[in-house]
Amino acid sequence: MAEVLVYVDHVDGAVRKPTLELLTLARRIGEPVAVHLGANAEDAAKILGEHGAVKVLAADAPEFAEYLVAPKVDALQAAYDAVSPAAVLLPSSAEGKEIAARLALRIGSGIITDAVDVEAGDEGPVATQSVFAASYTTKSRITKGTPVITVKPNSAAPEAAPAAGTVEQLAVTVADSSKGTKIVSRTPRESTGRPDLTEAAIVVSGGRGVNGAENFPVIEALADSLGAAVGASRAAVDAGWYPHTNQVGQTGKSVSPQLYIAAGISGAIQHRAGMQTSKTIVAINKDEEAPIFDLVDYGVVGDLFDVVPTLTDEVKTRKG
Amino acid sequence: MSLRIVVCVKYVPDATGDRHFAEDLTVDRDDVDGLLSELDEYAVEQALQIKEAADDAEITVLTVGPEDANDALRKALSMGADKAVHVEDDDLHGTDALGTSLVLAKAIEKTGYDLVVCGMASTDGTMGVLPALLAERLNVPQVTQLSEVSVADGKVTGRRDGDTATEQLEAALPAVVSVTDQSGEARYPSFKGIMAAKKKPVESLDLEDLEIEADEVGLEGAWTKVDGAAERPARTAGTIVKDEGEGGKQLAEFLAGQKFI
Ligand SMILES: Cc1cc2nc3c(=O)[nH]c(=O)nc-3n(C[C@H](O)[C@H](O)[C@H](O)COP(=O)(O)OP(=O)(O)OC[C@H]3O[C@@H](n4cnc5c(N)ncnc54)[C@H](O)[C@@H]3O)c2cc1C
Ligand SMILES: Cc1cc2nc3c(=O)[nH]c(=O)nc-3n(C[C@H](O)[C@H](O)[C@H](O)COP(=O)(O)OP(=O)(O)OC[C@H]3O[C@@H](n4cnc5c(N)ncnc54)[C@H](O)[C@@H]3O)c2cc1C
Repeated sequence: MAEVLVYVDHVDGAVRKPTLELLTLARRIGEPVAVHLGANAEDAAKILGEHGAVKVLAADAPEFAEYLVAPKVDALQAAYDAVSPAAVLLPSSAEGKEIAARLALRIGSGIITDAVDVEAGDEGPVATQSVFAASYTTKSRITKGTPVITVKPNSAAPEAAPAAGTVEQLAVTVADSSKGTKIVSRTPRESTGRPDLTEAAIVVSGGRGVNGAENFPVIEALADSLGAAVGASRAAVDAGWYPHTNQVGQTGKSVSPQLYIAAGISGAIQHRAGMQTSKTIVAINKDEEAPIFDLVDYGVVGDLFDVVPTLTDEVKTRKG
Repeated sequence: MSLRIVVCVKYVPDATGDRHFAEDLTVDRDDVDGLLSELDEYAVEQALQIKEAADDAEITVLTVGPEDANDALRKALSMGADKAVHVEDDDLHGTDALGTSLVLAKAIEKTGYDLVVCGMASTDGTMGVLPALLAERLNVPQVTQLSEVSVADGKVTGRRDGDTATEQLEAALPAVVSVTDQSGEARYPSFKGIMAAKKKPVESLDLEDLEIEADEVGLEGAWTKVDGAAERPARTAGTIVKDEGEGGKQLAEFLAGQKFI
């Protein structure tokens, strides 16, 4: 069976959920071979194996942390040369897309980004994309070279599929030309203890209607009662009420949770671009004309400062 | 010596309009008004600020697109860019990311550059890969997704806010930069700027000028193929209630019914 390279997104060997989703999709088109760059490949290999990776190609080099993107492209290219895969899958993060693009160019292949589904087809993998702020669904494929596809988080449910997950060292030579962009310093993001925005099953977002940083705890309390992640509209972020890393939308994170709750958000096209594919959408807005109500499964026309705290109390009571 | 800045700007269908696909499954550009991709306004703005901080710099805005894409160039010129390059050729219709990067790279080399500035992503294709592709093709450093950028002493430095960390980056020129919408509000063209833009030079190039064969670009030359595009079915109308004291409770009831609580 053909092999499919899966690029592993991890933090020091802790594999992030989107990679497990990629393994599920990869098994539809071949045998997944994971590529782990950086430390603690053995830790990663365990969970990668449990999710179907027959092999884990591992490489660690200081250059991965010292320079931006290009050394990782060198490594992925080495894996590509070693395996001659039928396809290469990567997560649709900013970095994942950049690595994918440069690899595709080097190996003379086409690239599809932000796929929300990947299936086997007669003429190679078929990728589904959700485009124009999720108003269209397209099906595309790559016609030249080895398909390179990046996949959005939450596009598939990770499935257990025990496989060997044997770690093999991958020899990597980082080219001098890949050392152009120095990473002078790196400040890891502080953990809030809440689930990761792109991975969360429930997201509660606040917008301009929240009316101040001091009011965001109202949104956080609801999120915590539901075990949800907190999101924000760009208006709330631009006003400095919430960090940019929590922005949902075209230029923020795109989320696709089971449940999305928008409080005090009007539903501008750029916001919708990042949340329209959520399974169930709920909005609380005092303006009954707000465009967000066109999308909702359930909407409450009302003041969020009345509705949200009541809802939070109800959730707590019902959960006991 | 003068700092040569090339800003890549894309002409895109207005995202607030009703965007559709044409019969050949390319974007229907006749259907909706086009404009300069809003995210590229941030690129123009940062280029202008870099120029203002430099002793001597010149900004060329570059677009690959149909005749109307001239509007995007005019907007950038009226913001303060010095000159423009428009790559236009019927054979470009349907070009994908790899093909676009080929055309842009050749045009950038022909123009001459020390710094290329791009937006973080276009507002139509939204791939966010062109800057990385250009760095690979031009064999220069990529300093991308910057929320802060500055150029001094032949070096570009900037801040990249990633998923798990914030990084401070540095590279020697020449380099390709992309900036996010966190990099600072773009200025509005002044009346004077709009008038001045009318006199600024716009150079027009075709594939022959760039020594690119027709079959390397366009739908024919594309590395990818769209087989189908379907409009997302309208959501069935949801339940909407007015809060008259019970709104929070009713919502809890709904969420419980859906097994979220
Ligand atoms: C290139 C570009 C990229 C962009 N990217 C993004 C993006 O990634 N994400 C994003 O969100 N936006 C993005 N935007 C901005 C977007 O166009 C909107 O400006 C933004 O989403 C508006 O945020 P909002 O809904 O919070 O604010 P508003 O549109 O001001 O809406 C606030 C809403 O709150 C309601 N409200 C007020 N008070 C209350 C109350 N007490 N109780 C209940 N409801 C109340 C109001 O009725 C109103 O509907 C982008 C714009 C551009 C041009
Ligand atoms: C909905 C949709 C989905 C698509 N999906 C794919 C796909 O999966 N694979 C694929 O190969 N192609 C795809 N395309 C085609 C692709 O968008 C175009 O080839 C495009 O010009 C390059 O990608 P982008 O616009 O997404 O650029 P991005 O990489 O998002 O653009 C980043 C920056 O590059 C610069 N730039 C981009 N295009 C131009 C230009 N024409 N002129 C000047 N500067 C420019 C701008 O500074 C811009 O801010 C898609 C197009 C659409 C409309």
